[in-house]
Amino acid sequence: MMQTHSDILDAIRMHGAEAYPEECCGFLLGRITEHGNYVGAAMSVENRRETSREQRFSISAEDFHRADLAAREQGWDIVGFYHSHPDHPARPSATDLAEATFPGYTYAIVSVCGGDAEQITAWSLRPDRSRFESEPIEIISEIFVTP
Amino acid sequence: MKTSEYTRTPIHIPAPLRSYTGGRSTIEVKGGSVGEALEDLTHQFPALKQHLFDEEGILRLFVNIYLNDEDIRYLRHTSTELSAEDELSIVPSIAGGCPGNPTIF
Repeated sequence: MMQTHSDILDAIRMHGAEAYPEECCGFLLGRITEHGNYVGAAMSVENRRETSREQRFSISAEDFHRADLAAREQGWDIVGFYHSHPDHPARPSATDLAEATFPGYTYAIVSVCGGDAEQITAWSLRPDRSRFESEPIEIISEIFVTP
Repeated sequence: MKTSEYTRTPIHIPAPLRSYTGGRSTIEVKGGSVGEALEDLTHQFPALKQHLFDEEGILRLFVNIYLNDEDIRYLRHTSTELSAEDELSIVPSIAGGCPGNPTIF
């Protein structure tokens, strides 16, 4: 389960709309808890793809390393990533599956239709890497995990 | 200062992989090179191996190892020697995207 706050989801939607018609991407910062992945902050990052940016995104290792150090300084971990699907549903694609990283991260996807950000969904990679499974998003108002 | 195989180097573990390291975010590994350090890591925590290496024992494409602030691919890869005060990090690169043709929905 992904637990987060409504303003974090709003920030992801806004980034998706701003980047349209290209894909946006970013990090989900928080903590892995007994309830799932708590996301206390979202951090945008540059889509490093040089071509097909309307259909592809890429986050470099260098950007991950820098974000990881910044997150650690604030007491957070990187617990997942988000990206947008311009004019496509918020479901993982075959590309998302083929290029997925470690199981245990939350992969949030926002669909952006004609420039308007719509649904956000969350997914986790099965431990055997065979497919993504839907992860419920619980919106909480209380900040019960602090960095 | 060069390290010996008995000197330990801290390696930072990404959050989702800590379920394989008893919840620990940093593990001390021994070895004089990055390759030896990774071997010691997977010796200590065998379940990590499938996530870091493919079936042929090669680091998965999305798995990058950083020695301090440098990707070992730009150094001497797993042969890169370790010195005292060095730190290692497991760093994933991430990619993906939507299917090829726009969908009307």
